[in-house]
Order: sequence, then C-alpha cells, then structure tokens
Amino acid sequence: MDEITGGGLPAGRPTLVCGTAGCGKTMLALEFLVRGATQYDEPGVFMMFEENAAELTANVRSLGFDLEKLVAEKKIALDYVYIERSEIEETGVYDLEGLFIRLGHAINSIGAKRVVLDTVEALFAGFSNHAVLRAELRRLFRWLKDRGVTAIITGEKGDGNAITRFGLEEYVADCVIILDQRINEQISTRRLRVLKYRGTAHGMNEYPFLIGATGFSVLPITSLQLDHQVSTERVPTGIARLDEMLGGQGVYRGSSVLISGSPGTGKSSITAKFAEAACRRGERALYFAYEESSAQIVRNMRSVGIDLDPWIKQGALEIHSSRPTLQGLEQHLVTVHDLVRAFRPDVVAVDPISDLTMARDESEVKPTLMRLIDFLKKQEITAIFTCLTSGGEADSAPEDSQIGVSSLMDTWLMLRNIEFTGERNRTIFVRKSRGMAHSNQVREFVLSDNGMDLVDVYLGGDRVLTGSARLTQQALEDAAAALRGQDHQRKLRQLAAKQKAIEAQIAALQAEAEAETEEVHFAITQETLLEKTTKINTDAMAQLRGGPQGANGHAEEAP
Amino acid sequence: MNGKATVDLPAAIRATPAFQLRLYVAGRTTKSLATLDNLQRICETYLAGDYRIEIIDITVSPQLAIGDQILAVPTLVRRLPEPIKKIIGDLSNERCVLVGLDVIQAGA
Repeated sequence: MDEITGGGLPAGRPTLVCGTAGCGKTMLALEFLVRGATQYDEPGVFMMFEENAAELTANVRSLGFDLEKLVAEKKIALDYVYIERSEIEETGVYDLEGLFIRLGHAINSIGAKRVVLDTVEALFAGFSNHAVLRAELRRLFRWLKDRGVTAIITGEKGDGNAITRFGLEEYVADCVIILDQRINEQISTRRLRVLKYRGTAHGMNEYPFLIGATGFSVLPITSLQLDHQVSTERVPTGIARLDEMLGGQGVYRGSSVLISGSPGTGKSSITAKFAEAACRRGERALYFAYEESSAQIVRNMRSVGIDLDPWIKQGALEIHSSRPTLQGLEQHLVTVHDLVRAFRPDVVAVDPISDLTMARDESEVKPTLMRLIDFLKKQEITAIFTCLTSGGEADSAPEDSQIGVSSLMDTWLMLRNIEFTGERNRTIFVRKSRGMAHSNQVREFVLSDNGMDLVDVYLGGDRVLTGSARLTQQALEDAAAALRGQDHQRKLRQLAAKQKAIEAQIAALQAEAEAETEEVHFAITQETLLEKTTKINTDAMAQLRGGPQGANGHAEEAP
Repeated sequence: MNGKATVDLPAAIRATPAFQLRLYVAGRTTKSLATLDNLQRICETYLAGDYRIEIIDITVSPQLAIGDQILAVPTLVRRLPEPIKKIIGDLSNERCVLVGLDVIQAGA
C-alpha cells in the first residue's frame, strides 16, 4: 500500500476512501488506525456513524485486531455517532459544533495523530439542511488539517460517475482512494486505485487487494524494480538425464521453470520428482496442486517410484491442494505468499498454472504470475510451474496456450506426446534455458514403476522414433548389424580361399617354369654335345686327311 | 457557564415536571443565548410551570455530548415525556418547536 502511494497517506491531511458497499472501506480505515497505534505509536480516533463500538470490535476481531485492548491502553478511541432522523426536528440555524467538540475531545483524550470518520455521509441522512452540512464538513476537514491529524474519511460510491454520493471529494481533495469490488465470472475481486494524491507520484493502476486473515493487503501489479539477487548455484532436477540436458547440472537456484505439455505427458510427475529431489537434498518444498488432492498425488506418484509420503511426514514437503475456483486469483497469490512466508521452502511447485485461468481470463493470469515469480525470485526460491497445453497434437504452435508466460520463465521444458504406429509416447526437450548450454535434442521420456528416465530417441528418416517403434527400430538395427557381421566373415573366408587358389596357381606356374628351365638346359647341353661331336668328327676328318699327329692330338683331347 | 446549569423556573410546583428538557449549546455565544431566550419564551407560553430545563455547554463538558449523541448545536433534547426527541437549531420557529415537543400536533 505504501509502495503504491509512494510513501503512505499524506500526513496531517485528510484522505478520502470511497467505494461501494462491502468493498472494505472500513477495514482499510481501521487497519490504518490499528497499525498506527501498534507500530508507529500514533494513537487514533475512530468515529463511526454506521456501526457501534461493540459491533465494530466484534467484526474486526476476526481479523486479529483486538480493539478492546487498544482502547483500554488509550491507543484508540472509538466514538459511535448515532443519528436517528425520526427523533430530530430542525428549527432555525444550527451547526455541527457538537461533532467538532466530540472529535476534539476524543483526539485530546488520547493525543490522537490519526482520525477516521466512517462514514461521514451518514450525516446527510440525518440532517435535511445539506447546505449547512456541506459548509460544516468543509469546516471540519479544514479543522482536521489545522490540527495536523492524518484523517481517513470514508464515503459511499455515488451513482454513475460520481465518486461519492454527496460529492465529498470536493472537500477532501488531498488524496482520493477508490475501492471497488468486481465480480467477474462469479468470482469477486477487490481492487484499489489511487485516484489523486497531491504532491506524490502515485501508481495510477488498479491494484487488487484482499482482506485476509491478517488484515488488509494490497498487491502491486508487479514489483516495481527488477533487482533481485541471482544465484549461480545449480539445483538438480532429480532426473539425471534431464540435468544432463540442462548443461549437466540442472537449473539455477531461484530460477523459474515451466513445464508445458498436453494432458498425460508427465508434467506432474516431473514436478513431483523435482520436489522429492529437493527433499532428498534436505531442502523444503511446497507443492500447490490445483487438480489433485494431496493424498491422490502421493498415491499416484508412488506408481512411478516417487514416494512423497515420508517427506510429508518429516515436514519437508507440504502439499497444498485447492480448486482454483475456490478463490480469486489474488486470493491465490496471497495464499501462496502467506504459505511461502510461513513454510520458507526452497522449492515451490505450482501444478498447473493453466488452471488458474478458470478463475480469471488470461490477461489477468499473466500479471499475477509475474508477481508470483518476482516474489519467489526475491526469496531465491526455485519455482516450477506446469502448464497444460490444449490440443493433443504437438506441432500446432504450442506457444498459443502458454498463457503468455513463457517469457517470464527462465527454463522451459516441453513435453510432447508423439503418436506413431499406433501408440503415444512421451518426449521431452528443452525449449529454452537461460544462462546455460542446454541440449537441443529431443529425448524420450519414460515413466515406469521404477521411476522416470530419459532415453535417446531414434531418428529414422525425418521423424523421431519412440516407444515400440524405437524398440522395433532397435531390433532391426541389431539384426542388420548381425547380418553385416556374418557378411564380413563370409567375405573374409572368400578372400582366404581366393588367396589359397592364387597361391596354388603360383606354385603351378613355378613348377612349369622350373620344367621349362630344365628343358632349356637339356637342349643347351644337347646342342653343346652335338657341337663337340661335330668338331671331333671334323678334326678326325682333318687328321685323316692332313697327318696322324694332328689327328692323334685331337683325339687325345676329346673325352 | 457551569457545565451543568439548572434553571428551575418559578413554577416548579410539582416534584417532577412533565417536560424535562436539556439544551446543549457550545459556549456562551450570542446564538446560544438567543436559543435559550427562544426556549424560555416558548416554555413559559405553552408549558408554564410544567417543565424543567438543563443547559449543557459541551465545550466545557464534551463527554456529555456523547450520551445524547449530540452533533449539531444547539440541540434541544426532550428527555421526558418519552420518547426522546431532539430539536436542532436556534428554536426561532416557534411552531416547529411546539410540533417537535409534541405540544401541538403537526397538522393543527
């Protein structure tokens, strides 16, 4: 509240709070007083025109304000102003000095710094001379300013465009806050808007607010600054292969993870695994379930090997189940805030955020989530959200059904069902993951009794093969490999045989060559012999013709 | 002026007058005095002897203003006879005062 108005209400000046019946004007005013009395040591006067002191005390006790105690300690003075029109007759001129004196008396008796008039417009019902009344109210507000008290004046919202029914804003113009209660699709949301505030740069938007168990709380649409601390610490997801896909170490602490997918893709299982992994590390996890009851989650997760029960018993895990339609979106947000503050978890899971759109249209879900994410990031809480994407068939622009929140997320895991050869199989891939080298590959996501695992998919042709198609493909490839192995052996054997044949051939050729050589040698010897024989014959002939010594000599040389 | 000034008028004949009136004023202003004058005149004229007036100055005793739920001043409160009636203003309109005190009927 102070954040929106840029530092709180104008001190020493009156503020007008107006709105329709039941939108929380009295609560806002009273909280202002009680907080002032208890936290800032500024006593306050509550002058009421509608409820009496006992009723008011009883009403606000349910919100944790003990007015009786504060009154006894002289921190708050209650003054019930009752006007019964039927008892009053007006004759001649009068003024409201009585009101001034009573208020002045109440202020003086406890040294009040804060004053609430609720609802001053009731005076208009009590007095018929409105001209006098207006003049007196103007004097009253002037007088309050002069006394330097901070005042809240509540007023009913007027018909049509009028801010208040009797035009009070003319008099109290320093700050005007409008409260509004809207009903949208059967769920009502209270909203607050600072219409004007002299001298401050106030937020112009409408801010949802709530009257919760601890009083009044205003939720800024977004945190005004993006200045949260970031951690470089990584948190494993609990699924080893998934961590591998996320750069090997999982997601950053304090980051936000979106898991989106069509029905039955295993979003909740991953979320539960993540929560369980956190518990295993000795951290605390808070699980908001909008679809299943706590017991149902525990039972269902046991079927995939995730046992959450011991963690719940140890108090490390808390499952908070509710239907999203139970409360307005803002109420959910406040519930989350309150529970997170109380439980101090390290991991928060919301399953699924898409159900929140049941309560609100999508344009309102995004700012709510933005606030939630900012809140969690400030606390360095790792958040995991699941989102149901409508339509089974994966390839049809899944971005359409992300409630426009994907840009808020640091990591976005997409789960898809791939239908092929008569069965549906789960696949997972990392669509984005800020600040880490993540895998670009599609993995098959297998849920079994033993838990969950990621398996490489087969890329056959232009599609990924999963499930039994993957198994078939695997068998085919195995068979092919075996065949190829046999083929190789056969080829080797053939080669060996061929080698042997060639060797045999070589041997034959060598033998042939040897034979030929022998023949050549024989021929040569024969010829030499013949030549010799011829020469001997010739010599013998010559001896016979020429002399005996020649013929003898030659004859002795021959062997 | 005292916080509570009781003006017992001469004809306090009966122990308990039929009309017990209380006039709340804020300070001794001309308006207060004029109102008191008007009241006394009307009472003398129409209720002679059968009334009793208390005057309360709420600037002196503000806590008394709470009991009778006084916002406007001057306010005349008819405490008796029941029911309690309040008349605000300076009582300058005699007829209105008489109607307010049920001395005469509205239509008469």
